[in-house]
Amino acid sequence: MKSNIVLKADENLTDIKPINNNTRVTKPISSIINKTLLYLALIALAILCFLPFFIMLINATHTNGEIATTLSLTPGTALMVNYNRLLESQPIWRGLFNSLVIASSVTLVSGYASALTAYGFSKFKFKGNSILFWILLGTMMIPTQLGMIGLFQLVKSFNLLDSYLPLIIPAIASPASVFFIKGYTDGAISESLIEAARIDGCNEFKIFNRIVFPLIFPSVATMSIFTFINTWNNFLIPLILLFDPKKFTLPIMVMLARGTYQTEYGAVFAGVAISIIPIMIAFIFLSKKIVGGLTVGGVKG
Amino acid sequence: MAKARINKEKYGLLFIAPFFITFLIFQLYPMIYSFYVSFLKWDGMSKKVKFVGISNYARLFSDDIFIKTIANTWIMWLGGVIPQMILALTLAVVLNEARLKGKDMFRAIYFFPNLVTATSIGILFAFLFDWQAGSVNKILINIHLIKEPINFLMSENYSRGIVSLTSFWMWFGYSMIIFMAGIKNIPEELYEAATVDGASKSQAFFSITIPLLRPTILFSFITSLIGGMQSFDIPYALSKGAGDPNNATMTMVMYLYRTAFVNNNYGYGAAVGYALFLIILVFAIISFKFINRNADYE
Repeated sequence: MKSNIVLKADENLTDIKPINNNTRVTKPISSIINKTLLYLALIALAILCFLPFFIMLINATHTNGEIATTLSLTPGTALMVNYNRLLESQPIWRGLFNSLVIASSVTLVSGYASALTAYGFSKFKFKGNSILFWILLGTMMIPTQLGMIGLFQLVKSFNLLDSYLPLIIPAIASPASVFFIKGYTDGAISESLIEAARIDGCNEFKIFNRIVFPLIFPSVATMSIFTFINTWNNFLIPLILLFDPKKFTLPIMVMLARGTYQTEYGAVFAGVAISIIPIMIAFIFLSKKIVGGLTVGGVKG
Repeated sequence: MAKARINKEKYGLLFIAPFFITFLIFQLYPMIYSFYVSFLKWDGMSKKVKFVGISNYARLFSDDIFIKTIANTWIMWLGGVIPQMILALTLAVVLNEARLKGKDMFRAIYFFPNLVTATSIGILFAFLFDWQAGSVNKILINIHLIKEPINFLMSENYSRGIVSLTSFWMWFGYSMIIFMAGIKNIPEELYEAATVDGASKSQAFFSITIPLLRPTILFSFITSLIGGMQSFDIPYALSKGAGDPNNATMTMVMYLYRTAFVNNNYGYGAAVGYALFLIILVFAIISFKFINRNADYE
């Protein structure tokens, strides 16, 4: 798990003004050549970014013999053979379902709890507010692996090994989400709004649930995308806390498929593809929000 | 009214309580417990617990494999982060300056690998660089760069290089986006003034962009350091968890995992964990100080 990044708040990046664009007007031909070369370089880099995924998709449809002997650029016919071979080793859809359950639960828990914490820090001036907030930021610097042995023993003593609870409950403390949502809450919720609700007789939790949470939901949603993807990709903690093969997450199953099938390239490529395609589809729809979210609050877990 | 107001402020503690209770139970307590375990000889299961003082820590210094994992982690991190930062900075400047069509699309494509499951990427790259079936060997043979396939994953240096390449490939787009945001925050008047004074683009880059981007670069560097020292998924996937060949791709966290959870040596594993934490802490502080001091001289 990579740690979290905090930058300045910033509007979206789409309206960047070109700098020094007037110096080039005098040399139109060299400017065109330069621009073409630049485009070629950028496109080549884009191809390098996509090439491994392309090879993965192509190879998932070829037999092991074909993969071992030839460099294929067109789809083959062995997709179903590979897929069935994969299923013999790992119940891959079960893994996908497990990952989906864990990632969705973590996203919901972390989203709501972080909004709660953010609101508490943003709108209440209790004693120790700023010190506690600094502590919260400090917890982002602690490597997860440091407490791994203690976490394992703790979970074991609760008899919660093989349960998803120890993977989900710790998400209540997601400092990066709190930081991001607090920044939004500071600007989006006015004191007078809360006062008005109090005068109308709302209790504090009703104010949060009915008024504040809907208003800060956009920031919760942005954060949720990152929480979901990070949890989906998480490997190490599920690896140490889960023992029942039926409860394994998708990354663990893909890894096991590779362990079982040393030379079943096609089957493993199919497994890797199943783990990557959902992220590709999500990215096609959410890329603007994801890339924007990186720099608006600048948070990445 | 005044009394009611004070009571209301205290509700804030109630709102933030779940965070801190969870943090105490699932993060702080496990950390302290791990620290306690680091003074024990214990297999994690039996009742046979023996207090051994600092001998677990003393053992770290004479453990050749542990020392090798420190070197591996650093080599693989530096091999990835240096080209990553250089390319990210170049791309950020180019994409911010040039009036290009499809700028958003390039940005999205470069960033995409960052979102993909690291273990899947590790397996994918292991297959791409496979001796027999790997596409990289096939491509190199097809363009007549090599005659015989290279057994990348059996060579210590190539394997480390592949781990670096993989993390470079996953992270340059991310750094690029962070740098682009940083550059956008530099006031445009500075560049205009520099142009009026006859500064060239490269002069503007070295005397405006780099100094003003220093906090952003430092920040990316330290986060990358913290992440890089904790590297696990990619080398684990590439080497099927073994750190092959000859422990060359074994990182500190892989060693921690193997010691505690595979070989059931919890006490020593916990000591490895705290050594890792100390290394991260010391180098984060050093790099922070180093870059800050340089800034003062200018």
